[in-house]
Amino acid sequence: MDKVRKFIWFPTPYHSILLWLVWQILHDFSRGHMVLGAVFAIVIPWIVAPLSEKEPVAKNPLTVLRYTFRLLFDIVLSNYDVAKRVLQSNRSLRPAFIAVPLAINEPLPLTIFTSSVSLTPGTVSVELSDDRQWLYVHVLHLEDEQQLINLIKRRYEAPLKEIFGC
Amino acid sequence: MTVFLEAVVSVLLVLGSIVMLVGSIGLAKFPDYFTRLHAPAKSSTLGVGCILIASMIFFSVQLGHVNFKEALISMFLLITAPVAAHMLAKAGLHYKVNMKDNTQNQQLAKKAYLHQSPDEK
Repeated sequence: MDKVRKFIWFPTPYHSILLWLVWQILHDFSRGHMVLGAVFAIVIPWIVAPLSEKEPVAKNPLTVLRYTFRLLFDIVLSNYDVAKRVLQSNRSLRPAFIAVPLAINEPLPLTIFTSSVSLTPGTVSVELSDDRQWLYVHVLHLEDEQQLINLIKRRYEAPLKEIFGC
Repeated sequence: MTVFLEAVVSVLLVLGSIVMLVGSIGLAKFPDYFTRLHAPAKSSTLGVGCILIASMIFFSVQLGHVNFKEALISMFLLITAPVAAHMLAKAGLHYKVNMKDNTQNQQLAKKAYLHQSPDEK
């Protein structure tokens, strides 16, 4: 990455919009804060942009929306699942570690992927291998290892690959 | 505030509280460090999410305009909760905490501690 870059007015336009919107929500859309938020939305990316690497941008907003809703649905399911295990006896619990082979290795999709795994039924992502080929996952109750790995790959990894096109 | 909205808000509050309660019970009763991690990591997002949606509806009606602050809180929570769970799990690996005896694939925990691939020697 080149350290000295040309001056750009909006190095990260999406982040600027997000920053401005968050500022407005926090201050109930008053006029003064609209101006102040705009100043922040312009100045902060100037300072921060040289520090961050270029992130891949989602190609298709519709798939992002679909992924978000699927994730929210799965969070509800996972709560039901964990609640069931909480109310059962500890003896029937069969925790396990599994290793999931990864097909994505860019930082942003990988972060979203591991976070999704942590939020969904009975799995918490524990560690990444150094070569970014394997994700170690702790499972609360494991029935069929291969089936679970396939499910994780199909349900979260495939759509993320589609979204970021990597 | 109509009866219907009040009912919705109450149901969401009760639901959120139940989810959080179950999460807390799980934290107390699960047998080892890693299984204990599961309950709060999941219930905190849904439980707090339900309560925040209830709060959003209540104050939107009360103040007469749509209130987005709670949506913001739940979004930040959704981003940070899995990171916290991940860091706790990493710390657990680092300190080699005891696992439940019948944990399957315990050799993978050692590989994960060394950041290796599972098939490496």
